[in-house]
Amino acid sequence: MFWQIDLAILTLVVVTAVASLMVKDLLGAAILFGAYSFLMCLLWSIMGAVDVAFTEASVGAGVSSVFFVAAVFRTSRRTKD
Amino acid sequence: MKIIGLIITIITGAFLVYAAADFPAWADPNSPASTYLSPYFIENSMKDTSVPNFVTSLLADYRGFDTMFETTVIFTAGLVCFILLRISGGKEPETSHYRHVLTGVTVTLKKGHKIPESEDFERIDDLWTPPDLIIKTGCRLMIPFIQLFGLYVIAHGHSSPGGGFQGGVILGASIILLAISHDLRTALEKMREKVVAILCPIGVSIYAGTGALCLLLGVNFLDYSALASVLHVDPIAARSHGIFMVEIGVGIAVMTTMIWIYNNISSAGKYNQGL
Repeated sequence: MFWQIDLAILTLVVVTAVASLMVKDLLGAAILFGAYSFLMCLLWSIMGAVDVAFTEASVGAGVSSVFFVAAVFRTSRRTKD
Repeated sequence: MKIIGLIITIITGAFLVYAAADFPAWADPNSPASTYLSPYFIENSMKDTSVPNFVTSLLADYRGFDTMFETTVIFTAGLVCFILLRISGGKEPETSHYRHVLTGVTVTLKKGHKIPESEDFERIDDLWTPPDLIIKTGCRLMIPFIQLFGLYVIAHGHSSPGGGFQGGVILGASIILLAISHDLRTALEKMREKVVAILCPIGVSIYAGTGALCLLLGVNFLDYSALASVLHVDPIAARSHGIFMVEIGVGIAVMTTMIWIYNNISSAGKYNQGL
């Protein structure tokens, strides 16, 4: 695989991971976490672990984002810290 | 407090990076895992189980006991959401809203009052948004295909990536999509709370029951080759069929758990309105 693509995805993984922790808006954090999961899915499929990538795409990027959004919807959208 | 947490995180991260340097390089053919463990599965999984995708045979057969408890963990997660939200917080709401379809007038009813049964009134959420024809129709068209794809993923896990977990999540997501695009009550009509709560342990029981059946037939727990005498096939094909039975159990358990968790979280245990 091209190392440039690898590097770009790895950088974006770190950026989305840190951003989902730092962002004050919890809905934004949930969406960023979904983006992080999807980038991890791309990384798994680059490494040839298609089963793991499939699980990451369906569970991590799909359903768990919905759960996060539902939880944010039922609690509060802003963090206290 | 935040700074202490940051310092601890950075130190732990530094240790992790330091420890990761000792790992064998990625795809190193001389690493311990690649010298004797992986080649065994790659060479023998077709011989042992006649399953071309050896990830599936590894998950459901070679380490089937582990996967059984993974399914139990998922079931426990659903159960915990149910106990925390539904049992402790699931009270009748104080007010409920109805909308007169023809005029658009909204009626707010206090607890205990009822509206006469008629076609003119529809129950609406507290935060009501006008129904969007494009989203509703689009999702309604998509859902059967999503479900078909989920069934395909479960059934085709033997020879392509996928299996019970992924297929179950996709099937659950199709019902969640219905709940998001319409409302929670529509999804609950299709998949009632009782059905979800009964199907979830049934899925786990299918997995454990397949293992127990092998035990009854006189071999080890989850050794599917014993199913040969029941299914009238040779032991290798029996292991393939055993994996398929287990995958169905996992699929049912995961699908219902996803719906269960979503229903409880999105309605805060009240089951009256969703997102």
